[in-house]
Amino acid sequence: MALILKNEKIGQHIYWIEIEGKFEGNPGQFYMIKAGEYPLLRRPISIFSIDENSISFIYQVVGEGTELISKMIPGQTLDIKGPYGNGFPEVTGKIALVGGGVGIPPLYETSKKLREKEEVSLVDMYLGFSGDMFLKELWEKSCDNFIYNIGGFITDYIDVGKYDVILTCGPDIMMEKLTKACIDKGIKIYVSKESRMGCGIGACLACTCKTKAGNKKVCHDGPVFSGEEVYYGEYKC
Amino acid sequence: MVNTSVKFCGINFKNPIVAASGTFGFGREYSKIYDLGILGGIASKGLTLHKKEGNEGIRIWETPMGIMNSIGLENPGVRSFIEDELDFMKSLNTNIIINIGGSTEEEYLEAVEYFNELEIDMIELNISCPNVKEGCMAFGLTDSGAGDIVSKVRKVTKHPLVVKLSPNAEDIIRVAQACEYAGADGLSLINTIRALAIDIKKRKPVFQNLYAGLSGPAIKPIALRMVHEVCNNVNIPVMGIGGISNYRDVVEFMMAGAQLVQVGTANLVELDAGRTIIEDLKEYMQVEGLKSLEEIRGII
Repeated sequence: MALILKNEKIGQHIYWIEIEGKFEGNPGQFYMIKAGEYPLLRRPISIFSIDENSISFIYQVVGEGTELISKMIPGQTLDIKGPYGNGFPEVTGKIALVGGGVGIPPLYETSKKLREKEEVSLVDMYLGFSGDMFLKELWEKSCDNFIYNIGGFITDYIDVGKYDVILTCGPDIMMEKLTKACIDKGIKIYVSKESRMGCGIGACLACTCKTKAGNKKVCHDGPVFSGEEVYYGEYKC
Repeated sequence: MVNTSVKFCGINFKNPIVAASGTFGFGREYSKIYDLGILGGIASKGLTLHKKEGNEGIRIWETPMGIMNSIGLENPGVRSFIEDELDFMKSLNTNIIINIGGSTEEEYLEAVEYFNELEIDMIELNISCPNVKEGCMAFGLTDSGAGDIVSKVRKVTKHPLVVKLSPNAEDIIRVAQACEYAGADGLSLINTIRALAIDIKKRKPVFQNLYAGLSGPAIKPIALRMVHEVCNNVNIPVMGIGGISNYRDVVEFMMAGAQLVQVGTANLVELDAGRTIIEDLKEYMQVEGLKSLEEIRGII
């Protein structure tokens, strides 16, 4: 159990929770969190930011589990386990981070880590917000060029040919469109998939994702996959 | 030191705690969490003769104190399992129960036969998976269907045969008796309860297969009642399954007549649930002054 330092509403159904402790994890990895005995399973939530003495997550209230988490207050404790999953791979050169909806938050830690690296010359951020925009100033500060859109398709604003690698997290339809554009131009793309999970360690097969290399487990083999490896549309997770 | 060991179908189990099929894979992932050698046994993920990709769409959904699943028996198939996983399972130093499902009689028989020359402890015949469109649970819904497949498998397999029963059967006591009559060495029950979830925003069922299997603490009282009924009406040993989450649940199932129990959903909730339950059970026996679990078994 870990102590909650803050749990603030920052947008419609969007919350920022900060938890005390020394936590590990790479960008794109996730933790499993729950507020109490019910619901039974923990919610997989991607790392938003790891700081010296705390970890932060930005999450959307979508069901009872996340609603219960949103009602917790600083001073209370939370059940948190992790990190899980593979996270984004090491990349170099000019990077575009493309996020949509609740896929946006993990790109903050990703950007932070990328900008510490000498081999990375550019980090641009393309964010598509579904409702009201949250943390505008923070995004502006955390990349070289910040491009955003509210309620539309962020994919309309990006020329993937300008980059060496695209890292993306968001709705399937967005990641599929980007993957197609990247394949056309020969650009490497990594996508981070979202899925309902059970055990979180690859045993229960609740989060199986169909890929060109056969069935993969989002929790254990992912959540990050090479874009062209994943089936979208009717075969999606 | 208390003695937690139990004999089941002539096989010695270190303790009555068995990891339930479908929640534990082949033990590989959980072996990184704790030493699985402390478990009484592990029931493998349900295997079928041929590889199965599993179901499309949402596969897991939560309900109050329960979980619905519709995995659809995703598994590598019997041959790949034997080649890639069996040796690993055997290295875990616990009893290995091979769970076999199928959509046709021939598939069951051929799959079971593959294990005849291999060192495993037991076959668990899955005639109760509610998440595949053909076969499986269809065999377990009636006494005639269950009796028929069990007698055929009994003739083919050299291993002790446990039949996993469905709570969705017309009459689980009659199905249990039919399995006993057909030569089953033991029974395990219950598999998940067929259930429905609806997404009111989409105005559609949550699961592509419409119905899915409900497990977890929500079903425990029903499972306990069924185990009690079956134990009172057959003369073969029973593994109790259904929402077992702590040592108190284990004790309840034993008092209702079960020799062994399987822990399923609890493994997803706490990855080391099996270890905790075993430790707590030992402490319970010490506090209660029990020399053997046989002292409390079937007292209700």
